[in-house]
Amino acid sequence: MPLDTNFTNQKFKQVGTRPLRPDGVDKVTGRAKYGADYNAPGQLIALVLRSPHAHARIKKIDTSKAEKLAGVKAIITSADLPDLTAGDRGMRDMLENCMARKKVLYDGHAVAAVAAIDQTTARKALKLIQVDYEILPHVTDVDEALKPSAPVIHNDIFTEGVEPKPTKPSNNNKRASFGHGDIEQGFREADIIVEHTYKTEQTHQGYIEPHACVANVSPDGQGELWVCTQGHFVYRNQCAALLGMDISKLRVTASEIGGGFGGKTHIWTEPLALALSRKANRPVKLTMSREEVFRCSGPTSSTSIDMKIGAKRDGTITAAHGVLRYHGGAFPATWAEFGAMTAFACYDLKNVKGESIEVIVNRPKTAAYRAPSAPMAAFAVESAIDELAKKIGMDAVELRIKNAAKQGTQSSYGPVYGPIGIGATLEAAKNHAHMKAPLGKNQGRGMACGFWFNFGGQTCCDINVTPDGTVTVAVGTIDVGGSRASIGLMAAEELGISYEDVRVVIADTSSLGHNDMTDGSRGTFSTGLATIAAARNAIKVLCARAAKMWDIPEDAVVWEDGHAKPAGTNAGNFPPLSIKEIAAAAGNTGGPIAGHNELVADGAGVSFATHICDIEVDPETGRSTVKRYTVIQDAGKAIHPSYVEGQYQGGAAQGIGWALNEEYIYGKDGRLQNAGFLDYRIPVCSDLPFIDTMILEIPNPNHPYGVRGVGETSIVPPLAAVANAMSNAVGIRLTHIPMSPPRVLKAISARKH
Amino acid sequence: MSGVHVSTTINGDAVEFVCNADEPLLDVLRNRLGMTGAKEGCGTGDCGACSVTINGRLVCSCLVLGAEIQGAKVGTIEGMAKGDQLHPLQKNFISHAALQCGICTPGFLIAAKALLDKNPDPSEEEIRFGLAGNLCRCTGYDKIVRAVQATAKEMRGA
Amino acid sequence: MAEVHLWGALRPIVGGALSVSVEAKNIRELFKTLAEQYPAFEPHLQRGIAVSINGKIYRDTWDQALPEGAEIYLLPRIPGG
Repeated sequence: MPLDTNFTNQKFKQVGTRPLRPDGVDKVTGRAKYGADYNAPGQLIALVLRSPHAHARIKKIDTSKAEKLAGVKAIITSADLPDLTAGDRGMRDMLENCMARKKVLYDGHAVAAVAAIDQTTARKALKLIQVDYEILPHVTDVDEALKPSAPVIHNDIFTEGVEPKPTKPSNNNKRASFGHGDIEQGFREADIIVEHTYKTEQTHQGYIEPHACVANVSPDGQGELWVCTQGHFVYRNQCAALLGMDISKLRVTASEIGGGFGGKTHIWTEPLALALSRKANRPVKLTMSREEVFRCSGPTSSTSIDMKIGAKRDGTITAAHGVLRYHGGAFPATWAEFGAMTAFACYDLKNVKGESIEVIVNRPKTAAYRAPSAPMAAFAVESAIDELAKKIGMDAVELRIKNAAKQGTQSSYGPVYGPIGIGATLEAAKNHAHMKAPLGKNQGRGMACGFWFNFGGQTCCDINVTPDGTVTVAVGTIDVGGSRASIGLMAAEELGISYEDVRVVIADTSSLGHNDMTDGSRGTFSTGLATIAAARNAIKVLCARAAKMWDIPEDAVVWEDGHAKPAGTNAGNFPPLSIKEIAAAAGNTGGPIAGHNELVADGAGVSFATHICDIEVDPETGRSTVKRYTVIQDAGKAIHPSYVEGQYQGGAAQGIGWALNEEYIYGKDGRLQNAGFLDYRIPVCSDLPFIDTMILEIPNPNHPYGVRGVGETSIVPPLAAVANAMSNAVGIRLTHIPMSPPRVLKAISARKH
Repeated sequence: MSGVHVSTTINGDAVEFVCNADEPLLDVLRNRLGMTGAKEGCGTGDCGACSVTINGRLVCSCLVLGAEIQGAKVGTIEGMAKGDQLHPLQKNFISHAALQCGICTPGFLIAAKALLDKNPDPSEEEIRFGLAGNLCRCTGYDKIVRAVQATAKEMRGA
Repeated sequence: MAEVHLWGALRPIVGGALSVSVEAKNIRELFKTLAEQYPAFEPHLQRGIAVSINGKIYRDTWDQALPEGAEIYLLPRIPGG
């Protein structure tokens, strides 16, 4: 059913308020059930045997001793997971990542899995599985992997996007480019040029809840899966495909999720749990340990970026050229391409070119991490622009305002922009109190901009009016941060009823049509669109029932303030009917009252942000402390402002951790050295100040309430905002993220000599 | 391995169980007693999601053995509300939007309560260091600190 | 007739041109015609292409119309996190 999605600029009664979230009591009492909180009667406990080598051929796996151990009910290897992917490389890589086939490709790559009556037995069984490896040379660095001397990891990958087509296999799976204009000419016109190579190390989304699931497959081919995920429908489809099950036979119920940020958009151990359950004919519970989460789920890429930007003395940027090298871990991916697309998106550039080089290394298969690929690219661009401003002698914010994209600008990734918020966030930053606050000794201030696309996708919603007139809303997009409250607000707004009369639930995969994952900042945007559409459909039904009750034509009834009313005095002199009254008569007027909607949400609207950071650096230890931080971001329309603020603060905190401390450290042996929260140091409460937020609302014309996605953009500016602040604090430009104390100290002492 | 028989008190209730000698208290709570409020985020005492109190002292239950709570008084998130009355911390966490995914919330509530029990008027810095043993990846801690500040004020004034 | 702009990775398929003219009323016809005229498009279509029409990005909707004179861009499918 077509929905008029154009922004209506209406006045809101509920949207924009801050009611309590419906799942709040469960979460503060410990009642809410996350992935590992469910146990099936008679369940087995599964553990996974993982490779201790970064790159090796599997010569033999002998599970015979383990099979004989009392209490072991099933063991699987890749032999139990036949390749049913029929030439679909993406699915085949997914299968191989879940369990190694002929080779192990990274430290932690799964080679076998065991289901036993308890964890102690499973652990003993893992020790009894003998694997003969032939160790192969490995490479873990994104630049090293491109050298001719590097070991080639896949001998069936030839660089795509290069003419003529290469005949030798390579770790560079793809090259591509974006842009327009003539950068050579642009650089000739420049008075000042800044050119550096920037590096960012690998980070993990760092969700506090490890992956966990309970799988239950019976001999008749039906299966149940309880799992923490950002997309239970996608998990269902992919697991079913890999295991050769009909999609409709597998019912996936999503638990509450303890964080995802893109890392729970991929299947890792779920197919293994299902395969074990199928083999053992018993439920199987599989949880990842924290070490496994770091070693073998899906961190983001480490990168190496060459950035060259030129400008005239009056601050006009004349040319920008970036060459971006990102890796996808041990399997081909296209992360650098997305980096190239987002890198220059904030600016109106006549001559711009972004080149992407995709690399394969012996590291886990990377997954999306909140605005994937954008933070690294923004680090390079915003650092270079900041340096340009200094060299020209222009204020950092003013230079950006001068070159900011606006409505009608051709974006660096192609299409022309509609109404956008970058200018507004910059003006707000310029005038913000943070900019005027005094700075102390060893303190520096920096700012940076960021961008993310946001998108829509397939979404369903079921609204049911219950016999007492209260409303249930069933949606299929996972609630990662409180969106149930926002969905409830939108349903209440459309229906004209109280927020307290609406209950929002996340349905399982058998109860609704397919829903795409909660990623791409699409949760509130897409589900909101579907909810508004379903509510408008429910209103049509409510009006038709009122018409029956009054015995007047359907088109003589309107819906206002939660009541059916006659359309005009000609229609009849009836007092309004409340939703309660109409619901009470539902059995007589045609049965249960509902509104449904299935749609592909489009037009999510891009979102921009500007961040300001004050940092204090101890020149003796290199330790830095963020003293003040401000996030200014365009939300289109903040449905529930508290949760929009929460997204801004959370993304900023992750970005600060990425900028200052977080990195994967691989040894010469290709093994991950810091697979735990002690040595992979994410920000703790004492590391951060209060994070001030400013929500701007430039409505998205493609959403009836003006909503834009908000969840991701906030992680894009911090790397550069912190780096720019650091450079102002210590007078040195650092180009390697994270700017951990040893790196800062090295830079400071290098400058002394 | 033969089991260890333990008699203890959890949230004021007498509890008895049998566990393995090497079994962490966290596993006993979650797998044997069905109390899944304490979460395993790391299993190595780095994240605080498994926080409980033993005789009033804040600990990571993944670093304590089930056998060690013989005769002790244990407090978990399940005992924080009194009947249908939420503790002010629980109320304020909801109203201040101090949780997003909520997985760290039980641990934070136990830690915050332990902090306020010792120090009813903490400064911002004392709150931040008092909660530094609990990791949150969603909120950036801002609204958590505000919720604790509001609760401290409320509990002093009330 | 629709003027379709291509992102960098697709340009080699059409001999390096920045854009191609395609007879198509909607996204489905566009993809079908492109695949017929340039078989090397097929793997990209499988992997997923997003279509930007006057700045609004579409992913899956075949019958989304391509209005006369609209600015049309083919972009790679962007993942989210």
